Amino acid sequence: MRRFEPLIERGLFLCALVSVGTTVGIIAVLAVDTVAFLREVPITEFLFGTEWTPLFSTPSFGVLPLVAGTALVSMIAMLVALPMGLLSSIYLSEYANSHVRRILKPVLELLAGVPTVVYGYFALLFVTPLLQQVIPTLGGFNALGPGIVMGIMILPLVSSLSEDAMRAVPNGLREGSYALGATKMQTSLRVVVPAAFSGITAAFILAISRAVGETMIVAIAAGQQPRLTLNPLVQIETMTAYIVQVSLGDTPQGTIEYRTIFAVGMLLFIGTFGLNLVSAWLRQRYREEYS
Amino acid sequence: MTLSMRRATDLAFQVVALLVLLIALAALGALIFDVVRDGIGRLSWDFITGYPSRRASRAGIFPALTGSVFIILLTAAFALPIGVAAAIYLEEYGKRNFVSRAIEINITNLSAVPSIIYGLLGLGVFVRVMGMGRSVLAGASTLALLALPVVILSTREALRAVPGSIREGSYALGATKWQTIWHQVLPIATPGILTGLILALSRAIGETAPLITMGALTYVSFLPNSLGSPFTVLPIQIFNWTSRPQQDFHANAAAGILVLMALLLTMNAVAIWLRDRYQRKVAL
Repeated sequence: MRRFEPLIERGLFLCALVSVGTTVGIIAVLAVDTVAFLREVPITEFLFGTEWTPLFSTPSFGVLPLVAGTALVSMIAMLVALPMGLLSSIYLSEYANSHVRRILKPVLELLAGVPTVVYGYFALLFVTPLLQQVIPTLGGFNALGPGIVMGIMILPLVSSLSEDAMRAVPNGLREGSYALGATKMQTSLRVVVPAAFSGITAAFILAISRAVGETMIVAIAAGQQPRLTLNPLVQIETMTAYIVQVSLGDTPQGTIEYRTIFAVGMLLFIGTFGLNLVSAWLRQRYREEYS
Repeated sequence: MTLSMRRATDLAFQVVALLVLLIALAALGALIFDVVRDGIGRLSWDFITGYPSRRASRAGIFPALTGSVFIILLTAAFALPIGVAAAIYLEEYGKRNFVSRAIEINITNLSAVPSIIYGLLGLGVFVRVMGMGRSVLAGASTLALLALPVVILSTREALRAVPGSIREGSYALGATKWQTIWHQVLPIATPGILTGLILALSRAIGETAPLITMGALTYVSFLPNSLGSPFTVLPIQIFNWTSRPQQDFHANAAAGILVLMALLLTMNAVAIWLRDRYQRKVAL
């Protein structure tokens, strides 16, 4: 039996390496077609071009409209998720007693468990029609509805990570603040939140990354028209929605149209991976601060 | 500021914070209300056992539902052994060296990579290079890679919760490291591992984007009957119906959502039940 122990350890190590293989695989798969794509389209045209019409007979490959669409929807989502998520987490961490928290928290986390395709349905067929009653010029496809819905979807992530960061703040800081006569609100906003700042920032950055990579809500409810605009009322297209659009069609493998989804995917991967790294680094920092 | 003013501001702040929380929960309520209102009328046994059709009133979800169940079982079969093995390595064997640190950071990062990127990975590696085609096997492999970080992270937590005294007792009786892990640590950690697995799978079963990108079909009128057969899943069927302009198909989509949510709730209920059992056991 003892003879097999080193073999077992090696086998387990190989399984642990699958995760490294996944990262290498992602980079390799994206790189192969991105390089082939950039051989036909100059990188400056791709990154700085302002028109994205790869499926037209006279195609142009400027990715900025897709980037703008992604940025616009993510910005709307963040305007919803960040303040609401932070306030929820302050309530859960500083005000709610353990009884209330035990009921509210799991219910809030249900929001994170709803499949994104369901949120897409909700954005297209409930939120957008509702908004149209207030804003008559709002298109059937737009950035506003899916942005708001995406914000609600991401809210539990912001709330639960921020709450973790705030609960890691030692009680001594709170007690010191109360001893000086501060109220709970003053303590929360001027002591706890600043003390948990790196953890809260980590939560915010992870939330942005989630919004940038979110696919089905925008594929269903934001439209398929790449447009360089900051107008939330009209149809746009995000990077993720574009990949879905091409995947649903019959674009033959090896064509430049087919390669565009890998080039766009590469851009998406680099962007989100960078955000994730920063977020992980910040989380590491607050753990060190209070342990 | 006077004391009473500060107290009033504090109370107002608390009310606003609670209100914001309740607004989020109200959104969840509105979502459920909307889907039930639109879909409950279409929900029937014929809908669950029917095949897709160009006429909304005749269409059903049977191939999509079968595809989802098939894909999820296969995903579990891939992700569970690999994920548990990786977690055992990192938790029980991994030395605090560079390789272990790198693997850990890598897993954390992977868990935040957008799911659609996994779809491109599946398309490139499983569908093209390994020649699996747009099959059930390729789809399940893609979702297994997606689920893996969650399985690894939750398994590690379950292993960490096993008291050290159990390991020491086993060693004292002369057991080897692997014997200790296999006969003592793993049985105790099993409920925790399964809870994590079910939560990972309940996320995977709702995934749409990676499977569309990897090349799953959107209109399937047959049942997947082998690892190599083309397939669709419930979320893709819902997406397909939502994207059509006719209202009748929207009702189908809502009914499909109800079935998907029922499936998810069942899985989560099982996970919660396991976790309760687990907590009681550890408390002993």
